[in-house]
Amino acid sequence: MRSVIDVLDLSIEELDELIHTANDIIADPVKYQDVCRNKKLATLFFEPSTRTRMSFEAAMYELGGHVISMSSAAASSAAKGESVADTAKTVSCYADIIAMRHPKEGAALVAARAAGIPVINAGDGGHCHPTQTLADLLTIYREKGGFNNLTIGLCGDLKFGRTVHSLINAMSRYDNIKFVLISPEELKVPSYVKKDILQKKRIPYIQTTDLEDVMPQLDILYMTRVQRERFFNEEDYVRLKDSYILTPEKLRNAKADLSIMHPLPRVNEISVAIDDDPRACYFKQVLNGKYMRMALILKLLKEASRL
Amino acid sequence: MNIDSIQNGIVIDHINAGYGMKLYELLNLDSLDCSVAIIKNVNSRKMGKKDIIKIDADIPVNIDVIGYVDPGATVNIIKDGVRANKMNISMPKTLTNVIKCKNPRCITTTEQELDHVFRLTDEENKVYRCVYCETKAERNN
Repeated sequence: MRSVIDVLDLSIEELDELIHTANDIIADPVKYQDVCRNKKLATLFFEPSTRTRMSFEAAMYELGGHVISMSSAAASSAAKGESVADTAKTVSCYADIIAMRHPKEGAALVAARAAGIPVINAGDGGHCHPTQTLADLLTIYREKGGFNNLTIGLCGDLKFGRTVHSLINAMSRYDNIKFVLISPEELKVPSYVKKDILQKKRIPYIQTTDLEDVMPQLDILYMTRVQRERFFNEEDYVRLKDSYILTPEKLRNAKADLSIMHPLPRVNEISVAIDDDPRACYFKQVLNGKYMRMALILKLLKEASRL
Repeated sequence: MNIDSIQNGIVIDHINAGYGMKLYELLNLDSLDCSVAIIKNVNSRKMGKKDIIKIDADIPVNIDVIGYVDPGATVNIIKDGVRANKMNISMPKTLTNVIKCKNPRCITTTEQELDHVFRLTDEENKVYRCVYCETKAERNN
């Protein structure tokens, strides 16, 4: 049974297919409003999440399907000690497809192996969050017209930020990509990302702590939040959370066609004064996330012969 | 130093010096009733120093464990006092329940029944990663 745990589970051709479907949905949403009639998406969120869960639910409703869910991990059998595998097997009896978020890394793979229906990883701890990357990719495609010949700045928490690692992995498959990695020393990209992806694929990158210095080079600036839940130590979080705050002044030397992205939610990394700047793309990213989730649900249900 | 030669059993030879005890532990040889000898720092023309393990019983040994700890080791099966078979070892593609994931955020820390599975991701540098969370296995675990 085909599931999507990591964005790399999808080939470049499949990503193209998803982007094509998402663009088609955007162009003609009415065509898709009944395609999942009588199909059920189960959203299993063992960790608090509002936007990803609502995005999946909105995606399924816009495809004409239904959504069933547990209200919270505390109210589920997990609180009684049920394993992820057992939960996945049980839910497979009720639904056609699962979207799951869990605080433990690898939980989605365990669910996918046990479930008899496709599982979409909606985030497994700090490990993978493939549908966020799909949202990012559709945004880049729509803003830049393709994926080649781009200088991508990644700024903030590059150590724990799973969206950053996934995006580096996904974009490293395209031609003439350059990464500019902007972070405080303590939150630099882990060495395995540099070694196993960037150096292995011979992708040029620079590391810096100075955002304004590199701003003029960037085609895309991907801002991230320093996430409290990824730290074991509150002191470290407090010390690092305000490392980079994007303000209109810092954009002075930026390209006119820069795309500013952020996986959201933001705390204060991007000043609200930037929201009206035409280069701000982060709310488009949210919308694109819903379209890519629609495309992915459709693809997996078709492959599972449930459509 | 005299170690009796064995009649029927297994000799794990050409173990890099210092890896013998680790193999002993990971192969659970302490649970055996038969004679087991670990010979450390044996002079070797090819290797300088090496370790050897002799097991005085024809028992199944987990070749994957040997391949993980020291792919350069050789396994000799002894029958009636002579070598009946010599196996060269290679690094296994996957390792199941040999080592444990040390990442406190990994699903294996809470799902007690899950197998601990590692996949060889970089043969040149002998890197194994947990299939669930992709954490690199520490070579000393």
